[in-house]
Amino acid sequence: MKVTVCVKQIPDPALPGELDPATKTLKRDGKLILDESDSYGVEMALQLVDKAGGGEVSLVSMAPNGETSGLRTALAMGAAQAVLVSDPALAGSDALTTAKVLAAAAQRLGEADLIIAGTESSDGYTGTVPEQLAEVLGLPSVTFAKSVEVDGSTLKVNRQTEAGYDEVTCPLPAVVSVTAGVVEPRYPSFKGIMDAKKKPVDAVTASDLGVTPVGWDGAGQDIVDVAQAPARAAGEKVVDDGEAHLKIVAFLEGLKVI
Amino acid sequence: MGIDNIWVFAQAADGAPTSGTLELLTKARALAAQGGGSVSAFVAGDASAIAGALGEYGAATVYATGDLDGALPGAAVAGAIKAAIDGGAAVDLILFPQDYVGRDVMARLSVKLDRTVLTNNVDIVVDGDTVKVTTPVFGGNTLVTTTFTGGAPYLAAFRPKSFAAEAGGAAAGEVVAAPVPDLGASGAAKVVATHVEESTGPKLDEANVVVSGGRGLGEADKFALVDDLAKLLKGAAGASRAIVDAGWVPYSMQVGQTGKVVKPNVYIAAGISGATQHMVGMKGSKHIIAINKDEEAPIFGVADLGIVGDVHKVLPKLIEALSAR
Repeated sequence: MKVTVCVKQIPDPALPGELDPATKTLKRDGKLILDESDSYGVEMALQLVDKAGGGEVSLVSMAPNGETSGLRTALAMGAAQAVLVSDPALAGSDALTTAKVLAAAAQRLGEADLIIAGTESSDGYTGTVPEQLAEVLGLPSVTFAKSVEVDGSTLKVNRQTEAGYDEVTCPLPAVVSVTAGVVEPRYPSFKGIMDAKKKPVDAVTASDLGVTPVGWDGAGQDIVDVAQAPARAAGEKVVDDGEAHLKIVAFLEGLKVI
Repeated sequence: MGIDNIWVFAQAADGAPTSGTLELLTKARALAAQGGGSVSAFVAGDASAIAGALGEYGAATVYATGDLDGALPGAAVAGAIKAAIDGGAAVDLILFPQDYVGRDVMARLSVKLDRTVLTNNVDIVVDGDTVKVTTPVFGGNTLVTTTFTGGAPYLAAFRPKSFAAEAGGAAAGEVVAAPVPDLGASGAAKVVATHVEESTGPKLDEANVVVSGGRGLGEADKFALVDDLAKLLKGAAGASRAIVDAGWVPYSMQVGQTGKVVKPNVYIAAGISGATQHMVGMKGSKHIIAINKDEEAPIFGVADLGIVGDVHKVLPKLIEALSAR
């Protein structure tokens, strides 16, 4: 079974995000790490290949620079190879362009039985790329999967809904987006980390893939203003002396909630 | 030209339009009134039961796919919208709710029309031919306003409760059939069963009081404290992403960027530090109470009443005091 996983390298979410004053987009020029929400997709792919009794997990990723540290993390978990579309021209790309680029990168690996993505990235969180990718490739898709099984040539998914979940089936090849927590991502072993350094990362540009225009030129959007939201002021803060619950009771009484 | 024809992607639950649908119709009506345009609803499914309500909120025309026959809506509805546009239906702007189905339909449609999508918005302004939308980033501290470039139709998705829903349209909208064309492989995903996770009490996004728990509770069993307090206050229980990811409670209880956006009268955050992801979902609450043992926790920055203390001590005493009343 061949599984391709879309992964994104993002600025460390533990650090405060910053907008570039010139382009008004998120600064992505520092060290980039594997988006944690993509580690679930990588783990899911590795488990499905294991269950299928063989196959390979490949990665596709796109970045405005040649950063690979996030990809190495996913390779260390057990993915075999990666295609990295790395091109300064990609800066400013919208979600639709991203989907077109990832689709071309996935095709460079040959047809996969399944393409897995996270539901949304932790930095841009547009949340449309997996479904757009499926449409570009002409494939069926199931988003927001909370469990994924492959039964022969059929994908079986429990898909998150507002009220609970739906059982969805879909023929392969297909695209699926997985929610965080769907599996427990493994920690790369020391051997995995060492092996990952030797695994192939095929670095290509958007024009190598024949996708144009990209970046600012291809984006159907333009940021016109960035403003501070009106701040919400902090109120009273008290240290619990064993009686702080009475403060809450009084607060709720004041609001006539009780 | 101008933005003359505005569509709203409409959904129904339990025989009535969803609150998100009515919010977007209300906003669309205001935008259309400003330029003399018209509002239509595009319904995923059968519209006969809801056309009246959609009309009341402003939809003069109601396009409906009819029964989707088990198809997962994303590809099917996008196919139907594209077919309607190809068939001559005029549209300059389509408003989608930021939910599971809205996002899928919009994403598929963006490829079919080769148009960008702007998601996570909380406001929209139309000025002549220009459409601008506003998105909060960094936990809502910064507002980014983006304009569409290139040609219409423009596709935008809005977070729940971005606009207030108000009736004020007219009679039932005229229903126009907009069937799903044959989509081949891309439309092959089918829903074979639907499961509803039962919850008692008010809905999370409609409750007057919401009590949410986070990692500070320590272990899954302690979530009972949150549940008990929510019941005593006739409210709903919510959760941070951390404990949903950990499997303590179902995703349907998640408050935040990727979960539900709540704006209750009172929001009580118990053992929640206040990650960006969570704050986006609850900062609009009228009153916020936070209990956390870390006095530096970001949640205190938005709390009207902050208790620096151990939830395992404060919550049981609070529950006892409220039960005794």
